Amino acid sequence: MQTVKIVVTGPFNAGKTQFIRTVSEIDVVSTERKLSADTERQVKESTTVAMDFGRITIDENLVLYLFGTPGQRRFDFMWEILSEGMLGFIVMVDSTRPETFHEARSILETFKSFAPTPYVVAANKQDLEDAWDVEDLRIALRLGPNVKVVPCVATDKESVKRVLLELLYSIIEYLDEMESTEQQRSSQR
Amino acid sequence: MALKGNLRTFSIVQLLNLIHLARKSGLLRIRGPNGQEAELYFQQGKLAYAALSHRPNGLLDILYQAKRLSKQQYRALKERTSRYSDRELGLMLVNAGYFTPIEILNTLKAAYRDVVRTLFTWREGEFVFDSHAPPPKGKIFVRLGLENLIIEGSRHLREWERLEEEIPSLKVAMKFVEQPRTNVQNLNLSPEEWRVLSYVNPRNTLEKIARALKLSDMEIRRIVYGLLQAGLVELVRPENEPLPEIKLAFSDRPKEERLSLLNKIIDRIRRL
Repeated sequence: MQTVKIVVTGPFNAGKTQFIRTVSEIDVVSTERKLSADTERQVKESTTVAMDFGRITIDENLVLYLFGTPGQRRFDFMWEILSEGMLGFIVMVDSTRPETFHEARSILETFKSFAPTPYVVAANKQDLEDAWDVEDLRIALRLGPNVKVVPCVATDKESVKRVLLELLYSIIEYLDEMESTEQQRSSQR
Repeated sequence: MALKGNLRTFSIVQLLNLIHLARKSGLLRIRGPNGQEAELYFQQGKLAYAALSHRPNGLLDILYQAKRLSKQQYRALKERTSRYSDRELGLMLVNAGYFTPIEILNTLKAAYRDVVRTLFTWREGEFVFDSHAPPPKGKIFVRLGLENLIIEGSRHLREWERLEEEIPSLKVAMKFVEQPRTNVQNLNLSPEEWRVLSYVNPRNTLEKIARALKLSDMEIRRIVYGLLQAGLVELVRPENEPLPEIKLAFSDRPKEERLSLLNKIIDRIRRL
Protein backbone atom coordinates (compact mmCIF):
# COMPACT_ATOMS: atom_id res chain seq x y z
CA MET A 1 0.00 0.00 0.00
CA GLN A 2 1.45 3.34 -1.03
CA THR A 3 0.64 6.49 0.91
CA VAL A 4 1.12 10.10 -0.15
CA LYS A 5 0.81 13.22 1.91
CA ILE A 6 -0.53 16.73 1.42
CA VAL A 7 0.16 19.22 4.20
CA VAL A 8 -2.33 21.95 5.08
CA THR A 9 -0.69 24.80 6.93
CA GLY A 10 -1.45 28.41 7.81
CA PRO A 11 -1.90 30.81 10.70
CA PHE A 12 -4.02 30.20 13.77
CA ASN A 13 -7.78 29.92 13.02
CA ALA A 14 -7.31 29.96 9.25
CA GLY A 15 -9.63 26.94 8.87
CA LYS A 16 -7.17 24.08 8.39
CA THR A 17 -9.01 21.56 10.58
CA GLN A 18 -12.33 22.35 8.87
CA PHE A 19 -10.73 22.02 5.43
CA ILE A 20 -9.56 18.47 6.20
CA ARG A 21 -12.80 17.55 7.95
CA THR A 22 -14.82 18.52 4.85
CA VAL A 23 -13.19 15.94 2.56
CA SER A 24 -11.78 13.29 4.86
CA GLU A 25 -13.50 9.90 4.71
CA ILE A 26 -12.60 9.20 8.32
CA ASP A 27 -13.38 11.36 11.31
CA VAL A 28 -10.47 13.73 11.47
CA VAL A 29 -8.04 12.70 14.13
CA SER A 30 -7.63 16.04 15.75
CA THR A 31 -5.50 16.84 18.76
CA GLU A 32 -7.22 20.00 19.88
CA ARG A 33 -6.60 21.59 23.24
CA LYS A 34 -8.09 24.52 25.10
CA LEU A 35 -6.20 27.70 24.34
CA SER A 36 -4.15 29.30 27.05
CA ALA A 37 -3.43 32.74 25.57
CA ASP A 38 -6.24 35.24 26.16
CA THR A 39 -5.88 36.90 22.75
CA GLU A 40 -6.12 33.57 20.98
CA ARG A 41 -9.07 32.49 23.15
CA GLN A 42 -10.99 35.54 21.93
CA VAL A 43 -10.85 34.03 18.43
CA LYS A 44 -11.61 30.40 19.24
CA GLU A 45 -11.78 28.10 22.22
CA SER A 46 -9.50 25.27 21.15
CA THR A 47 -6.69 24.77 18.65
CA THR A 48 -4.62 22.06 17.06
CA VAL A 49 -1.55 21.37 19.18
CA ALA A 50 0.00 18.48 17.29
CA MET A 51 -1.75 17.85 14.00
CA ASP A 52 -4.97 16.98 12.24
CA PHE A 53 -5.06 13.87 10.24
CA GLY A 54 -7.54 13.01 7.46
CA ARG A 55 -7.63 10.30 4.81
CA ILE A 56 -8.89 9.81 1.26
CA THR A 57 -8.57 6.28 -0.17
CA ILE A 58 -7.65 6.51 -3.85
CA ASP A 59 -7.76 2.77 -4.59
CA GLU A 60 -6.72 -0.47 -2.92
CA ASN A 61 -3.03 0.43 -3.40
CA LEU A 62 -2.95 4.14 -2.80
CA VAL A 63 -4.03 6.36 0.09
CA LEU A 64 -3.84 10.14 0.35
CA TYR A 65 -3.33 11.57 3.81
CA LEU A 66 -4.07 15.17 4.70
CA PHE A 67 -2.04 16.59 7.54
CA GLY A 68 -2.98 19.86 9.21
CA THR A 69 -0.23 21.66 11.03
CA PRO A 70 -0.66 23.77 14.11
CA GLY A 71 -1.04 27.44 13.37
CA GLN A 72 0.94 29.14 16.07
CA ARG A 73 4.63 29.85 15.72
CA ARG A 74 5.52 28.11 18.96
CA PHE A 75 4.83 24.82 17.21
CA ASP A 76 7.38 25.50 14.47
CA PHE A 77 9.30 22.35 15.32
CA MET A 78 6.45 20.22 13.91
CA TRP A 79 6.59 21.71 10.46
CA GLU A 80 9.95 20.29 9.48
CA ILE A 81 8.84 16.79 10.46
CA LEU A 82 5.56 17.12 8.57
CA SER A 83 7.11 18.44 5.39
CA GLU A 84 9.18 15.28 4.91
CA GLY A 85 8.04 13.32 1.89
CA MET A 86 5.02 15.39 1.06
CA LEU A 87 3.42 15.74 -2.35
CA GLY A 88 2.72 19.41 -1.92
CA PHE A 89 1.26 21.86 0.57
CA ILE A 90 -1.62 24.25 0.95
CA VAL A 91 -1.30 27.52 2.85
CA MET A 92 -4.68 28.44 4.30
CA VAL A 93 -5.28 32.10 4.89
CA ASP A 94 -8.27 33.63 6.65
CA SER A 95 -9.25 36.24 4.04
CA THR A 96 -11.10 38.26 6.69
CA ARG A 97 -8.16 38.72 9.06
CA PRO A 98 -5.43 40.87 7.52
CA GLU A 99 -3.56 40.84 10.82
CA THR A 100 -2.65 37.21 10.08
CA PHE A 101 -1.33 37.82 6.56
CA HIS A 102 2.24 38.48 7.58
CA GLU A 103 2.29 35.25 9.58
CA ALA A 104 0.91 33.38 6.58
CA ARG A 105 3.72 34.75 4.45
CA SER A 106 6.26 33.77 7.05
CA ILE A 107 4.85 30.22 7.23
CA LEU A 108 5.02 30.06 3.46
CA GLU A 109 8.66 31.13 3.44
CA THR A 110 9.48 28.58 6.15
CA PHE A 111 7.87 25.73 4.25
CA LYS A 112 9.51 26.76 1.00
CA SER A 113 12.88 26.71 2.72
CA PHE A 114 12.29 23.16 4.01
CA ALA A 115 11.51 21.72 0.63
CA PRO A 116 11.06 23.02 -2.91
CA THR A 117 7.59 21.50 -3.11
CA PRO A 118 4.59 22.70 -5.12
CA TYR A 119 2.02 24.68 -3.17
CA VAL A 120 -1.12 26.75 -3.51
CA VAL A 121 -2.58 29.44 -1.29
CA ALA A 122 -6.21 28.89 -0.25
CA ALA A 123 -7.98 32.18 0.43
CA ASN A 124 -10.45 30.85 2.98
CA LYS A 125 -13.74 32.33 4.26
CA GLN A 126 -14.49 33.88 0.88
CA ASP A 127 -18.20 33.57 1.72
CA LEU A 128 -17.90 36.22 4.41
CA GLU A 129 -18.71 39.81 3.66
CA ASP A 130 -15.41 41.30 4.79
CA ALA A 131 -13.21 38.75 2.97
CA TRP A 132 -10.36 40.27 0.99
CA ASP A 133 -10.41 39.73 -2.73
CA VAL A 134 -7.91 37.06 -3.87
CA GLU A 135 -5.96 39.53 -6.00
CA ASP A 136 -5.67 41.94 -3.06
CA LEU A 137 -4.50 39.01 -0.97
CA ARG A 138 -1.86 38.22 -3.57
CA ILE A 139 -0.46 41.74 -3.19
CA ALA A 140 -0.69 41.68 0.62
CA LEU A 141 1.12 38.34 0.75
CA ARG A 142 3.61 39.52 -1.88
CA LEU A 143 2.97 36.48 -4.07
CA GLY A 144 4.22 36.35 -7.62
CA PRO A 145 1.82 36.00 -10.57
CA ASN A 146 2.75 32.32 -10.96
CA VAL A 147 1.53 31.38 -7.46
CA LYS A 148 -2.01 30.04 -7.44
CA VAL A 149 -4.30 31.81 -4.97
CA VAL A 150 -7.51 29.80 -4.90
CA PRO A 151 -10.73 31.18 -3.37
CA CYS A 152 -11.98 28.78 -0.71
CA VAL A 153 -14.79 28.11 1.74
CA ALA A 154 -13.49 25.32 3.96
CA THR A 155 -16.99 24.15 4.91
CA ASP A 156 -17.95 23.64 1.26
CA LYS A 157 -16.85 20.31 -0.24
CA GLU A 158 -16.73 21.55 -3.84
CA SER A 159 -14.57 24.47 -2.82
CA VAL A 160 -12.14 22.24 -0.90
CA LYS A 161 -11.99 19.84 -3.86
CA ARG A 162 -11.08 22.73 -6.14
CA VAL A 163 -8.15 23.72 -3.92
CA LEU A 164 -6.88 20.13 -3.82
CA LEU A 165 -7.24 19.78 -7.59
CA GLU A 166 -5.37 23.03 -8.24
CA LEU A 167 -2.55 21.74 -6.07
CA LEU A 168 -2.46 18.43 -7.95
CA TYR A 169 -2.34 20.25 -11.31
CA SER A 170 0.57 22.30 -9.95
CA ILE A 171 2.31 19.08 -8.90
CA ILE A 172 2.03 17.67 -12.42
CA GLU A 173 3.41 20.92 -13.88
CA TYR A 174 6.20 20.91 -11.32
CA LEU A 175 7.25 17.33 -12.01
CA ASP A 176 7.25 18.06 -15.75
CA GLU A 177 9.47 21.09 -15.19
CA MET A 178 11.82 19.03 -13.01
CA GLU A 179 12.06 16.43 -15.72
CA SER A 180 12.82 18.90 -18.50
CA THR A 181 15.48 20.59 -16.31
CA GLU A 182 17.03 17.20 -15.66
CA GLN A 183 17.01 16.42 -19.40
CA GLN A 184 18.66 19.75 -20.19
CA ARG A 185 21.37 19.06 -17.63
CA SER A 186 22.12 15.60 -18.99
CA SER A 187 22.29 16.89 -22.57
CA GLN A 188 24.78 19.58 -21.43
CA ARG A 189 26.94 16.90 -19.86
CA MET B 1 31.02 35.40 41.50
CA ALA B 2 30.78 36.55 37.89
CA LEU B 3 27.43 36.36 36.14
CA LYS B 4 27.91 34.54 32.83
CA GLY B 5 25.60 33.61 30.00
CA ASN B 6 24.56 34.14 26.44
CA LEU B 7 22.16 36.77 25.12
CA ARG B 8 20.44 33.99 23.20
CA THR B 9 18.96 32.69 26.42
CA PHE B 10 19.14 35.78 28.63
CA SER B 11 18.46 38.92 26.62
CA ILE B 12 20.13 42.28 27.11
CA VAL B 13 16.79 43.63 28.40
CA GLN B 14 16.63 40.91 31.07
CA LEU B 15 20.24 41.63 31.95
CA LEU B 16 19.63 45.37 32.34
CA ASN B 17 16.53 44.64 34.36
CA LEU B 18 18.50 42.43 36.72
CA ILE B 19 21.25 45.06 37.15
CA HIS B 20 18.61 47.75 37.68
CA LEU B 21 16.51 45.83 40.23
CA ALA B 22 19.46 44.43 42.17
CA ARG B 23 21.20 47.84 42.02
CA LYS B 24 24.33 46.09 40.90
CA SER B 25 27.76 47.66 40.38
CA GLY B 26 30.34 46.12 38.11
CA LEU B 27 31.66 45.63 34.64
CA LEU B 28 29.63 43.93 31.91
CA ARG B 29 31.54 42.58 28.92
CA ILE B 30 29.73 41.17 25.89
CA ARG B 31 31.26 39.45 22.91
CA GLY B 32 28.78 40.08 20.12
CA PRO B 33 28.42 39.31 16.42
CA ASN B 34 31.26 39.70 13.88
CA GLY B 35 33.89 39.91 16.61
CA GLN B 36 32.43 43.08 18.13
CA GLU B 37 32.75 43.63 21.85
CA ALA B 38 30.99 45.87 24.32
CA GLU B 39 32.05 47.09 27.73
CA LEU B 40 29.60 48.68 30.16
CA TYR B 41 30.18 49.82 33.69
CA PHE B 42 27.37 50.15 36.22
CA GLN B 43 27.24 51.85 39.60
CA GLN B 44 24.37 50.93 41.92
CA GLY B 45 22.10 49.85 39.09
CA LYS B 46 22.81 52.88 36.90
CA LEU B 47 24.82 52.98 33.71
CA ALA B 48 28.11 54.81 34.27
CA TYR B 49 30.03 54.05 31.09
CA ALA B 50 29.57 52.19 27.81
CA ALA B 51 31.77 51.53 24.79
CA LEU B 52 31.87 49.38 21.71
CA SER B 53 35.15 47.95 20.43
CA HIS B 54 34.40 48.79 16.80
CA ARG B 55 33.55 52.46 17.42
CA PRO B 56 35.94 55.22 18.49
CA ASN B 57 34.99 55.86 22.08
CA GLY B 58 37.36 58.51 23.42
CA LEU B 59 35.82 61.74 24.73
CA LEU B 60 37.10 63.74 21.73
CA ASP B 61 35.65 61.23 19.26
CA ILE B 62 32.30 61.32 21.02
CA LEU B 63 32.21 65.14 21.06
CA TYR B 64 33.17 65.24 17.39
CA GLN B 65 30.56 62.64 16.39
CA ALA B 66 27.94 64.59 18.33
CA LYS B 67 28.95 67.64 16.26
CA ARG B 68 30.10 69.52 19.35
CA LEU B 69 33.53 70.02 17.75
CA SER B 70 34.45 71.03 14.22
CA LYS B 71 36.85 68.89 12.23
CA GLN B 72 39.61 71.46 12.73
CA GLN B 73 39.03 71.67 16.49
CA TYR B 74 38.94 67.88 16.68
CA ARG B 75 42.26 67.51 14.82
CA ALA B 76 44.00 70.24 16.80
CA LEU B 77 42.83 68.88 20.15
CA LYS B 78 43.64 65.31 19.17
CA GLU B 79 47.22 66.29 18.42
CA ARG B 80 47.67 68.26 21.61
CA THR B 81 45.93 65.94 24.03
CA SER B 82 46.84 62.50 22.80
CA ARG B 83 48.31 61.54 26.18
CA TYR B 84 45.35 62.76 28.22
CA SER B 85 42.84 60.40 29.72
CA ASP B 86 39.17 61.28 29.14
CA ARG B 87 38.92 62.65 32.67
CA GLU B 88 41.95 64.89 32.23
CA LEU B 89 40.74 65.99 28.84
CA GLY B 90 37.26 66.76 30.16
CA LEU B 91 38.72 68.86 32.95
CA MET B 92 40.92 70.71 30.50
CA LEU B 93 37.97 71.44 28.17
CA VAL B 94 35.89 72.74 31.07
CA ASN B 95 38.71 74.86 32.48
CA ALA B 96 39.43 76.30 29.04
CA GLY B 97 35.77 77.29 28.77
CA TYR B 98 35.00 75.09 25.73
CA PHE B 99 32.24 73.19 27.50
CA THR B 100 30.35 73.16 30.76
CA PRO B 101 30.47 69.92 32.79
CA ILE B 102 26.77 69.43 32.07
CA GLU B 103 27.34 69.65 28.32
CA ILE B 104 30.05 67.01 28.47
CA LEU B 105 27.97 64.70 30.67
CA ASN B 106 24.89 65.05 28.44
CA THR B 107 26.90 64.26 25.32
CA LEU B 108 28.38 61.21 27.00
CA LYS B 109 24.95 60.07 28.21
CA ALA B 110 23.63 60.23 24.64
CA ALA B 111 26.62 58.25 23.36
CA TYR B 112 26.27 55.60 26.08
CA ARG B 113 22.55 55.29 25.37
CA ASP B 114 23.45 54.73 21.74
CA VAL B 115 25.79 51.90 22.71
CA VAL B 116 22.97 50.21 24.63
CA ARG B 117 20.65 50.67 21.63
CA THR B 118 23.19 48.84 19.50
CA LEU B 119 23.22 46.03 22.04
CA PHE B 120 19.46 45.65 21.63
CA THR B 121 20.20 44.42 18.10
CA TRP B 122 22.51 41.67 19.35
CA ARG B 123 20.57 38.44 19.66
CA GLU B 124 23.56 36.38 20.56
CA GLY B 125 26.75 36.97 22.50
CA GLU B 126 28.61 35.63 25.50
CA PHE B 127 28.41 37.99 28.45
CA VAL B 128 30.20 38.24 31.77
CA PHE B 129 29.19 40.59 34.55
CA ASP B 130 31.91 40.99 37.13
CA SER B 131 30.93 42.90 40.24
CA HIS B 132 34.53 42.99 41.49
CA ALA B 133 36.11 44.33 38.32
CA PRO B 134 37.70 47.76 38.69
CA PRO B 135 36.01 50.64 36.81
CA PRO B 136 37.54 51.47 33.40
CA LYS B 137 40.58 53.69 33.93
CA GLY B 138 40.49 57.40 33.17
CA LYS B 139 36.91 57.37 31.85
CA ILE B 140 34.21 59.87 32.76
CA PHE B 141 31.24 58.29 34.51
CA VAL B 142 27.61 59.39 34.27
CA ARG B 143 24.55 58.25 36.20
CA LEU B 144 22.04 57.03 33.67
CA GLY B 145 18.88 55.34 34.96
CA LEU B 146 18.05 52.12 33.16
CA GLU B 147 14.22 52.31 33.33
CA ASN B 148 13.71 54.05 29.98
CA LEU B 149 16.33 51.93 28.27
CA ILE B 150 14.58 48.78 29.51
CA ILE B 151 11.26 50.00 28.07
CA GLU B 152 12.96 50.89 24.81
CA GLY B 153 14.65 47.50 24.76
CA SER B 154 11.32 45.71 25.26
CA ARG B 155 9.96 47.57 22.23
CA HIS B 156 12.99 46.40 20.26
CA LEU B 157 12.28 42.84 21.35
CA ARG B 158 8.74 43.06 20.02
CA GLU B 159 10.04 44.57 16.79
CA TRP B 160 12.59 41.79 16.59
CA GLU B 161 9.92 39.13 16.99
CA ARG B 162 7.94 40.70 14.16
CA LEU B 163 10.98 41.00 11.91
CA GLU B 164 11.87 37.40 12.63
CA GLU B 165 8.38 36.38 11.56
CA GLU B 166 8.74 38.34 8.34
CA ILE B 167 12.25 37.12 7.57
CA PRO B 168 12.70 33.86 9.48
CA SER B 169 16.07 32.95 8.00
CA LEU B 170 19.13 34.90 6.89
CA LYS B 171 20.17 32.06 4.61
CA VAL B 172 18.03 33.47 1.81
CA ALA B 173 19.15 35.88 -0.89
CA MET B 174 17.51 38.86 -2.61
CA LYS B 175 16.89 39.78 -6.18
CA PHE B 176 15.41 42.92 -7.70
CA VAL B 177 11.77 42.54 -8.65
CA GLU B 178 11.27 42.63 -12.39
CA GLN B 179 8.69 45.39 -12.34
CA PRO B 180 9.22 47.41 -9.16
CA ARG B 181 6.15 49.19 -7.84
CA THR B 182 8.40 52.06 -6.78
CA ASN B 183 10.88 54.17 -8.68
CA VAL B 184 14.24 53.89 -6.90
CA GLN B 185 15.03 57.51 -7.73
CA ASN B 186 12.01 58.69 -5.76
CA LEU B 187 12.99 56.78 -2.67
CA ASN B 188 14.76 58.38 0.26
CA LEU B 189 17.09 55.57 1.20
CA SER B 190 19.59 55.85 4.04
CA PRO B 191 23.29 55.26 3.26
CA GLU B 192 23.00 51.88 4.97
CA GLU B 193 20.03 50.89 2.81
CA TRP B 194 21.97 51.91 -0.31
CA ARG B 195 24.88 49.78 0.82
CA VAL B 196 22.63 46.75 1.29
CA LEU B 197 20.99 47.46 -2.07
CA SER B 198 24.40 47.35 -3.74
CA TYR B 199 24.78 43.75 -2.57
CA VAL B 200 21.45 42.55 -3.95
CA ASN B 201 22.29 39.45 -5.92
CA PRO B 202 20.87 35.90 -5.77
CA ARG B 203 24.36 34.69 -4.89
CA ASN B 204 24.59 36.76 -1.69
CA THR B 205 22.70 35.47 1.32
CA LEU B 206 21.46 38.03 3.86
CA GLU B 207 23.92 36.46 6.29
CA LYS B 208 26.79 37.21 3.92
CA ILE B 209 25.64 40.80 3.33
CA ALA B 210 25.32 41.39 7.09
CA ARG B 211 28.83 40.08 7.62
CA ALA B 212 30.27 42.21 4.82
CA LEU B 213 28.58 45.39 6.07
CA LYS B 214 29.05 44.61 9.77
CA LEU B 215 25.33 44.69 10.43
CA SER B 216 23.65 42.77 13.21
CA ASP B 217 20.90 40.24 12.45
CA MET B 218 18.29 42.77 13.46
CA GLU B 219 19.75 45.60 11.41
CA ILE B 220 19.91 43.53 8.22
CA ARG B 221 16.38 42.23 8.81
CA ARG B 222 15.07 45.77 9.36
CA ILE B 223 16.69 47.08 6.18
CA VAL B 224 15.60 44.09 4.07
CA TYR B 225 12.08 44.38 5.47
CA GLY B 226 12.01 48.02 4.34
CA LEU B 227 13.22 47.08 0.86
CA LEU B 228 10.61 44.31 0.66
CA GLN B 229 7.87 46.68 1.76
CA ALA B 230 8.98 49.21 -0.84
CA GLY B 231 8.54 46.45 -3.43
CA LEU B 232 12.13 46.78 -4.64
CA VAL B 233 13.38 43.29 -3.91
CA GLU B 234 12.10 39.81 -3.29
CA LEU B 235 13.57 36.95 -1.31
CA VAL B 236 14.90 33.99 -3.25
CA ARG B 237 16.78 30.80 -2.58
CA PRO B 238 20.54 31.50 -2.93
CA GLU B 239 21.73 30.64 -6.42
CA ASN B 240 24.79 28.70 -5.37
CA GLU B 241 23.04 26.72 -2.67
CA PRO B 242 22.05 23.19 -3.67
CA LEU B 243 18.40 22.34 -3.15
CA PRO B 244 17.78 20.09 -0.15
CA GLU B 245 17.69 16.42 -0.97
CA ILE B 246 14.02 15.60 -0.60
CA LYS B 247 12.14 12.88 -2.32
CA LEU B 248 8.80 14.07 -3.57
CA ALA B 249 6.20 11.38 -3.73
CA PHE B 250 6.33 9.64 -7.14
CA SER B 251 9.47 11.51 -8.20
CA ASP B 252 11.38 8.22 -8.51
CA ARG B 253 8.74 6.69 -10.80
CA PRO B 254 8.83 6.78 -14.60
CA LYS B 255 6.89 9.66 -16.10
CA GLU B 256 3.95 7.55 -17.30
CA GLU B 257 3.49 5.82 -13.98
CA ARG B 258 3.77 9.09 -12.10
CA LEU B 259 1.16 10.73 -14.30
CA SER B 260 -1.12 7.76 -13.94
CA LEU B 261 -0.88 7.86 -10.12
CA LEU B 262 -1.53 11.59 -10.01
CA ASN B 263 -4.45 11.25 -12.40
CA LYS B 264 -5.89 8.54 -10.16
CA ILE B 265 -5.82 10.98 -7.25
CA ILE B 266 -7.34 13.72 -9.39
CA ASP B 267 -10.16 11.41 -10.54
CA ARG B 268 -10.88 10.30 -7.00
CA ILE B 269 -11.06 13.85 -5.71
CA ARG B 270 -13.35 14.89 -8.54
CA ARG B 271 -15.69 12.04 -7.56
CA LEU B 272 -15.76 12.94 -3.85
